[in-house]
Amino acid sequence: MEILLFAHLQEAIGQPKITVDLPACTVGELKAWMASHYPNVAVQQVMVAVNEEFATDATVIEQEDTIAFIPPISGG
Amino acid sequence: MNTAFFEIIDKPIDVEEVRQKVVSRNAGAITVFIGTVREMTNGKKTLHLEYQAYIPMAIKMFEQIAKEIKERWSDAQVAITHRIGHLTISDIAVVIAVSSPHRKIAYEANEYVIDRIKQIVPIWKKECWEDGTEWIGDQLENVPYPAGAASMNEED
Repeated sequence: MEILLFAHLQEAIGQPKITVDLPACTVGELKAWMASHYPNVAVQQVMVAVNEEFATDATVIEQEDTIAFIPPISGG
Repeated sequence: MNTAFFEIIDKPIDVEEVRQKVVSRNAGAITVFIGTVREMTNGKKTLHLEYQAYIPMAIKMFEQIAKEIKERWSDAQVAITHRIGHLTISDIAVVIAVSSPHRKIAYEANEYVIDRIKQIVPIWKKECWEDGTEWIGDQLENVPYPAGAASMNEED
């Protein structure tokens, strides 16, 4: 699955998008996976969007879904 | 002229073009909010800003805000253009135009839009100061996340 990264997360990981090989899982499980693979990036408090909609930790992610980590926003 | 009501662009915003989108024969008022880049924040001097957006989702969230506007003020028309990329002091970052038959709704709905943008639209700004840079988040001091983000229906 592809994961889009923005703002400081993009800079911390060094790319706007990563591809990870994970089976279907929940957003919470994905966050835990991220935390173990990218310990320098704090994602526990970061919102996740699945297919451009805000999701919760319980939301189930399928392989073909578009995932985005949405750090606290500051538009306007 | 681009006639999409919601846009994210990387060029200077034409304020009049945004206003034109909400012109209506039934309108008795149009409010135009212009958000600009401020130099001083809490004593710290901004040199320039970098805005980034998750564009497809941001457009969806603009549409969501417009839907909320329609539910509250059915006669109001909204257009929003947000700029991304490199902005310097006094540049226009966002323009919101709202028309309605009477002025009160045009004012109220316009403020509603900017408040909601700051809650649910995935756009980020990076402050570039003389002594460093920082991606700004959580301007509303909502912890851990903007109230409207996770539960967008709660304000009914």
